[in-house]
Amino acid sequence: MRKGKVDMTHGSGGRAMAQLIEELFVKHFDNDLLRQGNDQALFNVDPGRLVMSTDGHVVSPLFFPGGDIGSLSVHGTINDVAMSGAKPLYIAAGFILEEGFELSKLEEIVISMAAASKDAGVPIVTGDTKVVEKGKGDGVFITTTGIGLVPDGVNIAGNLAKPGDVVLINGFLGDHGVAIMSSRENLEFETKIVSDSAPLHDLVAKMVAAVPGVKCLRDPTRGGLATTLNEIAQQSGVGMQLEEDAIPMRKEVVAACELLGLDPLYVANEGKLIAICAPEDATVLLEAMNQHPLGENAAIIGLVTDDNMGFVTMETAFGGNRIVDWLAGEQLPRIC
Amino acid sequence: MKYVDEYRQKDLAKKLSLEIVRQADTGRQYNLMEFCGGHTHAIFRYGVQDLMPENVHFVHGPGCPVCVLPVPRIDNAIELAERHGAIVCTYGDMMRVPASKKKSLIKSKAAGADIRMVYSTQDALKIARENPNKHVVFFAIGFETTTPPSAVIIKQAQREGVKNFSVFCNHVLTPAAIQHILQSPEVREIGSVSIDGFLGPSHVSSVIGSQPYNFFAEEFQKPVVIAGFEPLDVMQSTLMLIRQINEGRFEVENEYTRVVTPEGNLKAQKIVSEVFELRRTFEWRGLGDVPYSALQIRPEFSDFDTEKLFDITKSTGRDVKGCECPSILRGAKKPTDCKLFGTICTPENPQGSCMVSSEGSCAAYWSYGRFRIDQVSKPKKRQKAKVS
Repeated sequence: MRKGKVDMTHGSGGRAMAQLIEELFVKHFDNDLLRQGNDQALFNVDPGRLVMSTDGHVVSPLFFPGGDIGSLSVHGTINDVAMSGAKPLYIAAGFILEEGFELSKLEEIVISMAAASKDAGVPIVTGDTKVVEKGKGDGVFITTTGIGLVPDGVNIAGNLAKPGDVVLINGFLGDHGVAIMSSRENLEFETKIVSDSAPLHDLVAKMVAAVPGVKCLRDPTRGGLATTLNEIAQQSGVGMQLEEDAIPMRKEVVAACELLGLDPLYVANEGKLIAICAPEDATVLLEAMNQHPLGENAAIIGLVTDDNMGFVTMETAFGGNRIVDWLAGEQLPRIC
Repeated sequence: MKYVDEYRQKDLAKKLSLEIVRQADTGRQYNLMEFCGGHTHAIFRYGVQDLMPENVHFVHGPGCPVCVLPVPRIDNAIELAERHGAIVCTYGDMMRVPASKKKSLIKSKAAGADIRMVYSTQDALKIARENPNKHVVFFAIGFETTTPPSAVIIKQAQREGVKNFSVFCNHVLTPAAIQHILQSPEVREIGSVSIDGFLGPSHVSSVIGSQPYNFFAEEFQKPVVIAGFEPLDVMQSTLMLIRQINEGRFEVENEYTRVVTPEGNLKAQKIVSEVFELRRTFEWRGLGDVPYSALQIRPEFSDFDTEKLFDITKSTGRDVKGCECPSILRGAKKPTDCKLFGTICTPENPQGSCMVSSEGSCAAYWSYGRFRIDQVSKPKKRQKAKVS
């Protein structure tokens, strides 16, 4: 395991695969459901509404400041489940490994996944491993699927925003995207910024307990805050007006984006959520968020408007007004 | 953020805005061309137009390096990767610019050509060192700002004896372009574009200095204010231009004194002139062939000149039919005057170069100003004449 590499036999269904599963995945993910040793995990669920979500992880580089593909794959799915207000219950994980990938690195990733799942209290109960030939993958890809139970009375969806509602965020924007970029091979720059990758279900539970009527929750991952707000605006048939001064951003992130010619509103996050609630609930919700370690820097950043064109606009810190559109293509650095 | 926040202060912007309103003569219009895409970007991103009186208009100029590169040169770059098997390295902005036959570098990459996005010329040379069995071409574009790094990399490659690296030079010159616009029929003869003054380039001027603009300020009697890229720079420079126009002056003034000097960066100029020489003529998207408006690699460095090393086909590729990028780059039309704008041409599916780069006028109009445009000019339905 220490010096070995993934080879085709690890995905062949034979003894090498069984050994890999036993000595790596079962060993680290260790839980009763996994130990059943079947092709599926069998469990009882309480009555109620279940949610299910899946998320593929192909991040490059695999290890980055503040996390790695392993912890990210756990947090990503927990967050997608939690954005319905649900309590995440179980996770399934599918691995696509590239022939030649170092087993020691794989173990590091699996240990990180196991720790993330343990910290979050959401076990990984079933999984699958496939190996592709060298050159047909990028080391390791991880797909995770999660299920969760939505508490009674909670009804959260992207189409529920109404004019007059308040838009909140739980903290600083853009940390994950900038941390990833700082460690990309051709763009190394020194920064202390680490990814914000974190499981948000506990924060969500506290928020929903404080304000059961919270209307929308969504994590602004790829495409950043701008794209996520545009999605909600479109789904709800409303506009939004943001105030740039109110959006929490670290100086270092703003500076890195400035250098690279990127707009922090479009940079990815992995531990952030946007919440929309009725104006009368906003103060209580903000307080509940502020009391949680993952919401210390939470802030109200804007309002839902009745703009029937569905535009997200923003009063700039400079005093002008601009539209905040969907991300077009990929954010590419400007050249001068 | 130090050295940036100072130039984005709301209260100063308000003061400047009031001063501009006070000094702008309500009896006339002020049409100010901002040459650089960087200015266009700042105007839209910070909502500077909102802070201007109604009679002060920004005319967006051709200073977007990606936008002015004509289709045939992009065809050439694609050919270098696809037919000659070279690894083509380029700055990110260039990847999505449409070439002919509905191609682009990014599509060619997806189809299997080895095209890589780099952040600096150093990255390209590194790729050459790492791939000794392949030829690596750096697709060099840009105005005077990006020229010195290209010169440095050619000298470095020569010094290190790298044999598999060359530069496909597409560097262009700003003063030639401004002069060409002022001599264009739209400005001189037809008078369809009226330009009362220029917000002069900022980064370009840090290299070439403010002196090169003296000639056409005098010749064409238009004031030039070299303006930084921050929104307060743009506003302060606008105020300086309005003052000059009101007083009938046409001088080159420098608002961006924290970076730009009259003589510019002499060290950068020296290395550029060692490696590059003037090209007799170069085609610009929008402006056509402009004499002495671009650079080529000197014969002493021909071992690193892609155009000398490869037999590149002369492409006759043209812009997409109906695309108004050429007129938009000259300031003769606005993005909203183009039939393709916002219909088949959007940032997701750009038909012309101005929709690609964030510095392009069309992309800026679309991304930052769409709501205003829709309010002002609802799509006009063409009524068909009834033939009875």
